[in-house]
Amino acid sequence: MANEMLGYIELDSFIHRLTGATKLIVFILWSTATMLTYDTRLLVVLLVFSIILFSVSKIKLKEIIFILGFILFFLLLNNIAIFIFDPNQGAKIYGSKTMLTGTWWRYHVTAEQLFYQFNITLKYIAVIPPALLFLLTTQPSEFAASLNKIGVSYRLSYAVSIAFRYIPEVQRDFKTILQAQQARGVDISRNEKIVKRVKNVIAIIVPLIFSTLERIETISNVMDMRGFGQHKKRTWYVGRNFKVADIIAIVICGVLVGVTLWLFTVNDGRFYNPFQ
Amino acid sequence: MKKSIFDTKTIVAIGVGTALFFVLARFVIIPTGIPNTEIQTSYAFLALISAVFGPIAGFFVGFIGHALKDITAYGSAWWSWVIVSGIVGLGIGLFFNKFKVEAGEFTKKSIISFNIVQIVVQLVGWGLVAPVLDILIYSEPANKVFTQGLVAGLWNIVAVGVIGTLLLIAYAKTRTQKSSLSYEE
Repeated sequence: MANEMLGYIELDSFIHRLTGATKLIVFILWSTATMLTYDTRLLVVLLVFSIILFSVSKIKLKEIIFILGFILFFLLLNNIAIFIFDPNQGAKIYGSKTMLTGTWWRYHVTAEQLFYQFNITLKYIAVIPPALLFLLTTQPSEFAASLNKIGVSYRLSYAVSIAFRYIPEVQRDFKTILQAQQARGVDISRNEKIVKRVKNVIAIIVPLIFSTLERIETISNVMDMRGFGQHKKRTWYVGRNFKVADIIAIVICGVLVGVTLWLFTVNDGRFYNPFQ
Repeated sequence: MKKSIFDTKTIVAIGVGTALFFVLARFVIIPTGIPNTEIQTSYAFLALISAVFGPIAGFFVGFIGHALKDITAYGSAWWSWVIVSGIVGLGIGLFFNKFKVEAGEFTKKSIISFNIVQIVVQLVGWGLVAPVLDILIYSEPANKVFTQGLVAGLWNIVAVGVIGTLLLIAYAKTRTQKSSLSYEE
C-alpha cells in the first residue's frame, strides 16, 4: 500500500529547487490553460513541454509507471463512455460530418468525433506531468511555508501541513484497525453480501473516525496551550524565498495562459477546427 | 483578541480531517456490483466533519481531500468534481448549528433535518453543478455527464444517509449532554 502512494522523492534538480508555492501556481495555471483550450496545437506544445520538464526533474519513469497504466485505462473507459453516450458530439462541435464508417443504429465513426476524443484525451494527459511533478518534488513542510509566503493565511497553510503530516499516520491506524477486525472475522471483501459488507466496513471506519476525532481534540488543545494563533504572523523553519527561477517559471506559465486566451480570438472560440 | 474564522480547532479539523478523508477515499470504497458506481465512505465522513466543525472545515476537507485523492490516483485533478466535494462540505456545514451534534442532542428532528440538507445539497452539487462544470470545462456530451452526476450523487446520498447518519448518532452519544447538569435549588 505504501509504495502506491505518491509522495515527495528527495532529489536535486532545477524543479526541486523551485519553491512549493511556485510549483502550485504553475500547476494551477497549467491546469487552467489545458481546461480552457481545445486547440490541438497548443495542447501538443503543452504536452511536449511538460514531458521535457519531467525529464529535467530526474524522476525515473519506473516510479510512476503503475499510475500511468492506471490513468491510461481510466482514459480509455472515459472515451468509450463518451462514444456510447454521444457519437455525434464531435460533429456538433465542429459543425461538419465526415463519415468514416456506415451507420449501425445510432452509431457511426466520424472524423470529427475521433478528433474531438483525441483532443479530450490530450487535455487530460497534458496535465499529468505537472501534477505528478508537483506531488513528487514538493516537500510538504516547505510547501506550507511557501503557501503562507504567497498570501494564504498561515492558519490555513498550517492546516495543509497537518494534512500531509497525518496522512501516513492515519493510514497506519487504518491498517492496524483493519487487521484487528479481520482477525476477529470481519470480512470486507466481495465474499460478503452487500448489506453485511457495509456493516463490516462500518465496524472498521467507526473506530478509525473516532480515534481521529479524539486526535483533533488533543492536537488543537496542545496547539492552543502553546499559543498557536496568538499573533498575526508566524515564522517557518523550512521557508524559502522566491528566486529568479521561480519568477521566470510563473511568468512563462502566465504567458501560456495568455496564449490560450489569445487563441480564443484566433480560432473564434475554444476549438481549433481543421474541418473548415 | 479578534477571533479568526480559522480557530485552532477548525485548522486541526481541516488538517487531520483531510488526511482521513483521503485515506477513506483511496482505500475504503464499497463496490455495489454495478460498474463504476460505489459507496464512498469518505462522503459519510465529510458530512460528519461538516456537521460537527462547520462550513469552513467542511469546504476545505472536501476540496483539498478530493484534489489530493485525484492527483495521487489519476495523476491529475478532475476539477469540476473536486469543487463539488468542497461545495457539499460547505453546504452541509452551513446548517451545523441546527443539528446540535456537539451538544449531544442528535434527536429524530435533527436526523430528519440533516438528511433533508444533505439530500438537497448533494442533488444540486452532483446532479447540477458537477455536470454543468464538466460541460463548460471539458465539453463532454450532456447526457453522459448528467447520467454520471446523478448516479454518483444518488450513491453518495445513500452513503451519507445511512453511514453518515449512523456516525452522527454515535458521535452525539460520546458528547456530554447539555442538559446533563442542573442547578441545585
